[in-house]
Amino acid sequence: MSSVSIDVAELANREYQYGFVTDLDTDLAPRGLNEDVIALISSKKGEPEWLLEWRLRAYHHWITLTEPRWQNVKYEPIDYQDIIYYAAPKQKASIASLDEVDPEVRAMFDKLGISLTEQERLSGVAIDAVVDSVSVTTTFKEKLAEAGVIFCSFSDAVKNHPDLVRAYLGSVVPYRDNFFATLNSAIFTDGSFCYIPRGVRCPMELSTYFRINAADTGQFERTLIVAEDGASVSYLEGCTAPMRDEHQLHAAVVELVALEGASIKYSTVQNWYPGDAEGRGGIYNFVTKRGKCAGANSKISWTQVETGSAITWKYPGVVLQGDNSVGEFYSVAVSANHQQADTGTKMIHIGKNTSSTIVSKAISTGHGQNTYRGLVKILRSAEGAKNHTQCDSLLVGPDCGAHTFPYIEVKNSSSEVEHEASTSKVSEDQLFYCRQRGIGEEEAVSMIVNGFCREVFNELPMEFAVEAQRLLSVSLEGSVG
Amino acid sequence: MLRIENLHAKVGNVEVLRGVNLELAAGEVHAIMGPNGSGKSTLAHVLAGREPYEVTGRVLYEDRDLLAMTPEERATAGVFLAFQHPVEIPGVGNLYLLRTAFNSIRRARGLEELGPVEFLGLAEEKMKLVEMDRSFMNRSVNEGFSGGEQKRNEIFQMAILEPKLAILDETDSGLDIDALRVVANGVNSLRSPERTMLVITHHQRLLEYIIPDRVHVMAGGRIVRSGGKELAVELEAHGYAGLDQLTTPLRSEPVGVPQ
Repeated sequence: MSSVSIDVAELANREYQYGFVTDLDTDLAPRGLNEDVIALISSKKGEPEWLLEWRLRAYHHWITLTEPRWQNVKYEPIDYQDIIYYAAPKQKASIASLDEVDPEVRAMFDKLGISLTEQERLSGVAIDAVVDSVSVTTTFKEKLAEAGVIFCSFSDAVKNHPDLVRAYLGSVVPYRDNFFATLNSAIFTDGSFCYIPRGVRCPMELSTYFRINAADTGQFERTLIVAEDGASVSYLEGCTAPMRDEHQLHAAVVELVALEGASIKYSTVQNWYPGDAEGRGGIYNFVTKRGKCAGANSKISWTQVETGSAITWKYPGVVLQGDNSVGEFYSVAVSANHQQADTGTKMIHIGKNTSSTIVSKAISTGHGQNTYRGLVKILRSAEGAKNHTQCDSLLVGPDCGAHTFPYIEVKNSSSEVEHEASTSKVSEDQLFYCRQRGIGEEEAVSMIVNGFCREVFNELPMEFAVEAQRLLSVSLEGSVG
Repeated sequence: MLRIENLHAKVGNVEVLRGVNLELAAGEVHAIMGPNGSGKSTLAHVLAGREPYEVTGRVLYEDRDLLAMTPEERATAGVFLAFQHPVEIPGVGNLYLLRTAFNSIRRARGLEELGPVEFLGLAEEKMKLVEMDRSFMNRSVNEGFSGGEQKRNEIFQMAILEPKLAILDETDSGLDIDALRVVANGVNSLRSPERTMLVITHHQRLLEYIIPDRVHVMAGGRIVRSGGKELAVELEAHGYAGLDQLTTPLRSEPVGVPQ
């Protein structure tokens, strides 16, 4: 592997093109977490009493918990009293049209390559734009409403559709679920809400773009997607943050509910600031994502491309409750420089003839450490359940690592579980072959790695697949000497 | 167009090439024959810029110092190696790799790149030369290709990239007689006064189809005999046995070399 050596100087020059800060007039909560801050957030959002009580229950549970340490990542202790839990760009209390969005906010999204102007957008995608703790705008709301689809910020959903929120909030990820989910339940600020009524195929892709802008804040959003009987939706999530020397915490919760015959496809391209070449700064991305196939013949599919964050720690899972329901997880995780990723999925089979597919592609370069951790649990009731898992790791350079921790629990004898795993390197032979054909070394590595990920990229919606390939190339820049 | 002077190549402490001298004029086809371990494939790899050989001597390619160039620079300058064992690259489409290569070279030469549609047109025309089936254009590079498909693919790539110096490393190995004929026809159709070829083979068989201007015999890391095309026939009749007295092979060639 002599020519695939790591040149630290080059890695340091690796560009993160979303690292700018926008000067927004921001409304901040006092630093730290306590009942007053939670009450403040709740009142700023004009929440009903039951939601504040739910938050406080979560908070009281959270203070009894200790931060988990079992994950295969290393970081300095987080001071939870030194974080600002609410940061909102100031704007009019309610926005009647997109024209009223703060021009600075619009300019920021333009710079990110995301136009909030409906006419200028590809007509197939509706977008909810979340900056720090609040949703600044949601496009195509009216057009979606014609189809009966509700797509709005979580705060608006609490105001306008409280019964739906109350029925499903915490139904997949209860507030006692885990340390970070509990923290989120106490202080979550905004996020997206999608509701697809019975029999409706959502007419466009729904998308939320998360942007952290303010310093010393964390982002704690909550997303809830409900697809009623026979409904289907494809949802995309993208995220970026400015370059800062200190770490910022992102602890989100995403809950998906698919009723009978419904299908939800959830795609993420995560590009939070990963920190610099020395490991300074970057986002701690500690996220709980879970879907429940509540009805028979339902399907939930997670596709994630994780190129950013200093630490990524998440396991988008599916609870396969309905008979014949299907869960899928397709993942590409890249750890470059000093990035660490401990990610995978949980597939919990409860219903009969449920099936799940897991395809994980981990790429490590620089000093990156990449861990696949997955749980396939087949309960006694899940007769005839099937799982196929494939975990492939690719190493680029001598100082990186790949680890695999598959957990498999099977409680009946009629199920089939398959697990395949491989670790490979970008070989000298492959590189030489490409170079002999006239392809430069860096482009060759990028092409080989993209090939390695193709199975997962094929699952992404078209425009996301192009974005993912481009991000991957940026992540690999300088990974050959 | 190519002049090799006193070329030595070492891997670790093993000297595989021990002073190769060779001169090829534009448009000529030279064959290099020799027993296993004589250094034939190493010569091909060193000319293409493969690591990790420690190389001394001089190679002039169109009056440029070939050894000072990176593999991709050599490719841009028109050097092409048809590999004996083409490597698999999972997930990368065969045609995609070739278009990337084609356009990288065009870019490096300051020419405009060809779009996917135009390139497909070019590819379909060249595919006919090696009687290739369109279906495996979109398969991953060499993945699951039979020996014959691999070799046809190499010649197809050569047809697209139109090199000035083509080095064919054991292109006949692993081919049955029909596949050999197809590949040889492809190569012959690419012969031109502007294209020089160095055909490396263990067997005289290939040279019945691709008639060389000169034949060289390599043994122990040197060219030990040179002659016209009749030299190949003579070798076929008497084998390489006589050469063993001239020099001893220094190492065995990698496994997979057909006997």
